[in-house]
Amino acid sequence: MSLYTAETRRLGKRRFTKFLLGGVVLVLIAIAVGMFFANEKNTPATVAAAQAKADSEYQAAVRQSAQDKQTCVAAQGTPDASNWPPSCDDVYQPQTSDFQAAWYMPATFDFREQFPNMITAMAAIVAVAAFVIGASFVGAEWASGGMMNLLLWRPRRLQVLGTKLGALLVALTGLTVLLSAAWTGAFALIAGLRGSLDSMTSGAWQSILLMELRGLAVVLAAGAIGFGLASIGRHTAVAMGVAVGVVVLLQFGLYIVLSMANVGFAEVVLATTWGTAWMNKTATVTDWNSCNFSGNGGCTPDELIVNWPAAGGGLAALLVVVVGIALWTIRSRDIT
Amino acid sequence: MSAVLEIAGLQKTYRSRKGVRKALDGFDMVVEAGQVHGFLGPNGSGKTTTLRTLLGLIRPNGGRMAILGREVPQALPEVAGSVGAIVESPQFFGNFSAQDTLSLLADAGGVPRTRVFEVLELVGLRDRSKDRVKTYSLGMKQRLAVASALLKNPKLLILDEPANGLDPGGIREMRGLMAGLAESGMTVLLSSHILGEIQLICDSVTIIAAGRRVAAGSVAEVLATHASTSLRVRLEAVSDLTSSAAALRDAGAQVVVEPDHLMVSGLAQPSAVTRTLAERGVYVSELSPVTADLESVFLELTGTAPVEGSNRQVDQTVMAQAGGWGR
Ligand SMILES: Nc1ncnc2c1ncn2[C@@H]1O[C@H](COP(=O)(O)OP(=O)(O)OP(=O)(O)O)[C@@H](O)[C@H]1O
Ligand SMILES: [Mg+2]
Repeated sequence: MSLYTAETRRLGKRRFTKFLLGGVVLVLIAIAVGMFFANEKNTPATVAAAQAKADSEYQAAVRQSAQDKQTCVAAQGTPDASNWPPSCDDVYQPQTSDFQAAWYMPATFDFREQFPNMITAMAAIVAVAAFVIGASFVGAEWASGGMMNLLLWRPRRLQVLGTKLGALLVALTGLTVLLSAAWTGAFALIAGLRGSLDSMTSGAWQSILLMELRGLAVVLAAGAIGFGLASIGRHTAVAMGVAVGVVVLLQFGLYIVLSMANVGFAEVVLATTWGTAWMNKTATVTDWNSCNFSGNGGCTPDELIVNWPAAGGGLAALLVVVVGIALWTIRSRDIT
Repeated sequence: MSAVLEIAGLQKTYRSRKGVRKALDGFDMVVEAGQVHGFLGPNGSGKTTTLRTLLGLIRPNGGRMAILGREVPQALPEVAGSVGAIVESPQFFGNFSAQDTLSLLADAGGVPRTRVFEVLELVGLRDRSKDRVKTYSLGMKQRLAVASALLKNPKLLILDEPANGLDPGGIREMRGLMAGLAESGMTVLLSSHILGEIQLICDSVTIIAAGRRVAAGSVAEVLATHASTSLRVRLEAVSDLTSSAAALRDAGAQVVVEPDHLMVSGLAQPSAVTRTLAERGVYVSELSPVTADLESVFLELTGTAPVEGSNRQVDQTVMAQAGGWGR
């Protein structure tokens, strides 16, 4: 227990942790403020204005259409006729359904529609921070020799590394829960002032909560993987290098190569696909090269659906491998 | 007296892409309770390797070790609380202050935090304890390292080159500190290259070369058994030097001819010199024993005395064939 408190204290004392968390909070505040000003509440006045705008656009389109028809008729028999349909009755006739008031409404924040994306955005930002914090927490200790010093005090290596990781994960959990609560509150407020919370049933709140829990899982996994990689390489830079390497080689490189080779479902290699699948429960990958002729003469491409259990399983496997190797290496290596 | 530290037949082979290197080759050591024990050896002879192995940082390939009567590394978690150690100028996380560094260690080891101030005072860092370690000088970092080793108030204190980077005052303070600690019953194992210092403060020493023990015992014993005490012999007439040297060699002595005197060793009694020379009608004007110090014993035992006109390489010691890269 004493080791655990010491490690928690160490994590909190690090200036790096503080700076990074400050940065994360600033970015989140900026997003929330941006969303506040980008949205407006629907009032009878805005609805009426949108309706008027839709009506006037419709009228303008009708006038334009009539004028076009006249020009078309006048052009019959001249070389200009090739610019017009053979029968001037085929000139586009606007319909009222083409000019709906909803399209002329200012953006409004529908909590049920839009908040899930905000959860994913926050989870992604906090997960990146967690990866870096986790990596530098143990990486700086290895690189500075602090780890060796600690092992002179507590010779049980697995216990030391495990306790460090535990302290990190508990701290990240606390942080993410706090941020999620603040995030939900902020957007509920934004929805109240600049949109609507109307469709939020208790079931909808429950699924929001579950999604936030999935976001927490992503944050914890990112922190543990960063920690594990830095511990394996005994340097923060190793974790960073692996992260950059994976993004550049596996994400962009492999994706571009697969796309150029016209391999179907190339997006399957993208982490974003799996992240979306995990957060939104499914993600659809489309093979744009394929074509299944459908009844109305169109072409529907093949689709591959990635489900959240698959995405979660992948994340868990990665986590187990990285943390497992980290624990195995600290057990067996000579510390010089 | 009981042994606080026992090492027998310790083996350690480092493996790397270039091959294997035998850093320890059946090394033995015994440190008795309450002593200040010097651990001497040329660069690369295996001192740090021994201490790291003892502290569980690296895994030996063979041999037995015991601290306070308990087999290590198995019992290390239990004895770790009684062993304070610094291994080869330890580094600390540069952005923490000395006080933070020590209080985190104290927390991790279950030592009361008040002890942090005691040790900072003891090593003379009290007034700088709130500065970041990054801003410390080499000697200040070394003092912090010693403070971290003392934090547990250990029964066995292991210091690998603690004087590294200390100013003369600091070295003298360190000497006083160690004497005080030994007096209070602490056993100190001290590795150093400053032999004068070792001779001043150590009760006993172990000398290692190429991963093996070449001498051990109290300082006086080591000096007595291994120093071939020599005699400085001056003659009435300098012209007799060469012929006298030949005569002494015939009598079984090793003789070095210096410009105005002879250095004679290898004779049981100094009287053998006077007798031999008197028989030839040569008279001695000075006959004084030259006692060897630890340094010359060290150089002789480890075979690392500088030879004029050649640059000795680090692995050239008495047992050069034992070290070196091999397969
Ligand atoms: N991590 C390592 N990998 C390979 N060889 C090593 C390693 N550490 C030490 N050695 C080798 O083991 C031998 C003993 O080294 P060690 O550090 O124990 O010497 P030392 O007696 O402490 O020397 P010094 O007086 O210079 O501190 C040396 O030949 C060294 O090159
Ligand atoms: Mg050394």
